[in-house]
Amino acid sequence: MTTTVYPARKIVTMNPARPHATHVAVRDGRIVGAGTLDELAGWGAYTLDDRFADKVLMPGLVEGHSHAMEGSFWAYVYCGYFDRMDPEGTVWTGLKSIDEIVARLREAADRLESPTAPLAGWSLDAIYYGGRRVDRHDLDRVSTGRAVGVLNASGHILNVNSKALEMAGLLKPGIDHPGIPLGKDGLPTGEMKGPDAMAPLGPHTGFDRDLLACDEPGLRRFARLCVRTGVTTAADLANTLPDDAVDMMLRVTAEPGYPARIVALRRFYGVTPEELIERVLDLRERSHDNLRLGVIKVVADGSIQGFSARLRWPGYYNGAPEGLWYIPPEHLLEIYERALAAGVQVHTHTNGDEATALALDCVEAALRKHPSPDHRFTLQHCQLADSAQFRRMARLGVGVNLFPNHHFYWGDQHYGITVGPERAERMNACATALATGVPLAIHSDAPVTPLGPLFTAWCAVNRRTATGRTLGEHERIGVADALRTITLGAAYTFKLDGEIGSIETGKRADFAVLEDDPETVGGEALKDVRIWGTVQGGRIFPAAEI
Amino acid sequence: MAPGGKRPGPPQLPLPVTVVGGYLGAGKTTLINAMLRRAGGRRLAIMVNEFGALPIDSSLIEAADDRIVTLTGGCVCCSYGEDMVSSLAMLAALDPRPDHVLLEASGVAFPGAIAGTVGLLQDFVLDGTVVLADAETVQRRAADRYIGSTVRQQFAQADLILLNKCDLAADPDAVEAWLGEAAPDVRTVRARQADVPISVVLGARSGGPAKLVGGPFDHTGGFVSAMLNPPAGADPGALARLLADPAHRLLRAKGFVRRGDGAMAAIQVVGNRWTVTEAPAEARSGLVCIGLKGQVDVAAVRREVAEAATVRTGTDTP
Repeated sequence: MTTTVYPARKIVTMNPARPHATHVAVRDGRIVGAGTLDELAGWGAYTLDDRFADKVLMPGLVEGHSHAMEGSFWAYVYCGYFDRMDPEGTVWTGLKSIDEIVARLREAADRLESPTAPLAGWSLDAIYYGGRRVDRHDLDRVSTGRAVGVLNASGHILNVNSKALEMAGLLKPGIDHPGIPLGKDGLPTGEMKGPDAMAPLGPHTGFDRDLLACDEPGLRRFARLCVRTGVTTAADLANTLPDDAVDMMLRVTAEPGYPARIVALRRFYGVTPEELIERVLDLRERSHDNLRLGVIKVVADGSIQGFSARLRWPGYYNGAPEGLWYIPPEHLLEIYERALAAGVQVHTHTNGDEATALALDCVEAALRKHPSPDHRFTLQHCQLADSAQFRRMARLGVGVNLFPNHHFYWGDQHYGITVGPERAERMNACATALATGVPLAIHSDAPVTPLGPLFTAWCAVNRRTATGRTLGEHERIGVADALRTITLGAAYTFKLDGEIGSIETGKRADFAVLEDDPETVGGEALKDVRIWGTVQGGRIFPAAEI
Repeated sequence: MAPGGKRPGPPQLPLPVTVVGGYLGAGKTTLINAMLRRAGGRRLAIMVNEFGALPIDSSLIEAADDRIVTLTGGCVCCSYGEDMVSSLAMLAALDPRPDHVLLEASGVAFPGAIAGTVGLLQDFVLDGTVVLADAETVQRRAADRYIGSTVRQQFAQADLILLNKCDLAADPDAVEAWLGEAAPDVRTVRARQADVPISVVLGARSGGPAKLVGGPFDHTGGFVSAMLNPPAGADPGALARLLADPAHRLLRAKGFVRRGDGAMAAIQVVGNRWTVTEAPAEARSGLVCIGLKGQVDVAAVRREVAEAATVRTGTDTP
């Protein structure tokens, strides 16, 4: 097999022994070595390929918490306030007024052949329209003959038109439900708040399927988005992985042209903890290079902006009740114990600090029963952990994958409404994690916020909110730390750091191919680094051709 | 009947849904199995959302396919997971349609939130929310640093609390007194092995007196059932409010009354909750009330119902 040597303007290796190189040699989809041409020539015959001569190579970026349904959502109409790039590379401009939202939806409705098919939109962010809420009359301007439903960016509100309400039998007076505001006419305004109020509308607006399942076109679109954002390995973090989905994912990700490695976690759902372990052990055996299976995801609580995260005293800043548990502590403990006994890794969603406290209590108890070096249990989001909890994580060997994108998208709301100034400034405490030695990754939770590790790194470095506030100067991290976090840091959380995350001898030939140098553009410009494409397992994927 | 067509029939009454809540170990599964065993011809549809293994006695299972488990006596069971609305719709579309849905909430769910969603659905009516408490452990659970507030809120959202495992509790009286403070005005029924008459959990069947038959741990000696006959012309809303008044301590009341305009109305009372809906014209007037013996003064209820009806119609008032 031939060796190809790529010269590059700069190679950022993440290997502290030689942090930079001028050339990288690739054979059989893996890295033979990184260094000077002279050094690499010692490996024998090679072909020189200078297509990256003016590019900067980084280890392929690793998104440690996303959902492949980001790809599926692009089948719906994007209604977000911020510009967002779709899998085909088109940047959809953010919609700055309700009229613009209506216009975009109407355009999409006009393209539908059936006059009665529902129209679904996503990523609306109602907080940006000057206190004016989107109501059914707005969406009636899109259509009165078909149901129209637009999911909020947070995923916790569904805005619908009159037709959708009528189809659900809810266009009537006298409804008394905390999640259904009524207009002056006594009828619902069309804003359905929270899963309980949203549920009856789902089947009429095209949102009835399991939102965390991914379909085949979605899985393909997701990978194209990976290429455009420099990602070569991405988590599909909460799939229930039914057999047919696993078969489909195994097939699609094994295709020669599929450009990403998917780490698909099995969400705890619909089985007993005992069955769950059996299932993931079986799944683990079915893994191939581009689809890694065999890790468990458990959800402990809800979300902060949905007021369903479990907060410790004194709770929410606006006085909302203390949130929801999604799993009884007994079940969490049982899963941890069985997983440790079987050598299976568990990632746990904990948004609120009380959920984090419970998870740590359970990890500690389970570890006492089944002492397990290198279990690498990881807390996902873990947004509100305080420094004592980070110290405890360090002692227990628990890692975190924090969510700095929240600073930009909801930081102002966290400061003013959900958790208040003090906890908003400490949330997603990246600097504390590094200082206490807790293994750190950072994530987008796409489609909740856009996929893009360099943007996430920018969020961790600057902690800037949408209105420009710096949300906790003390928790900012440096560019070098941020870049390590979106490569080796995320790889570590899946026990893949020996395989990916740095450009070193023996590792997978996964590169993010960049036009700009993230080490020198400065923290302010990190999100604007231009991405040419990726190399994944030695295969070259230019974004322009994906 | 046209080939492939659906038999035209009278519009169906909404399908009643009873939400069963309570923390792990409180006895939700035991209760559901007890209800299935004494369904007595009612076609019950069970919806479960506890993890994994189907919480139904294997002796009750006749057949199973992907979505539905067929049980003895025309009953069915399915698990609903995150798709409660479409699972309910699937059950309502079964032929023959079930008579009543028992929807088991997960151990950490708020039954009130589920009940709220059921209340929004067309073709369904919320019958009530029954929350079980494990008499042996409930006070400890309610004080737990993590799940205490969840457990306490579950009780506050109940229409009826089933204080289960009373045989295992050192001092059931003390537990019941404590519950009375934790969830004021919510009626509590004591049980062991979740053994209570089906008409307490699901309401009486329309048209006849409630059969208060339990199982091997029968406490039915402790219940009282009475048939009331409110005169025509009574205000159904006022009657329902009266029957739901905590002072009367009724567990359930159900039946039909004739309005002043001659139309029939259905009254349904579970603890403090009451609903009045339209009823078919052929419905027979009469109200079945169920309560705990020693708590309910049937004569007093009867008297007040008669007085309320009288005041409303005004025929006897000078």
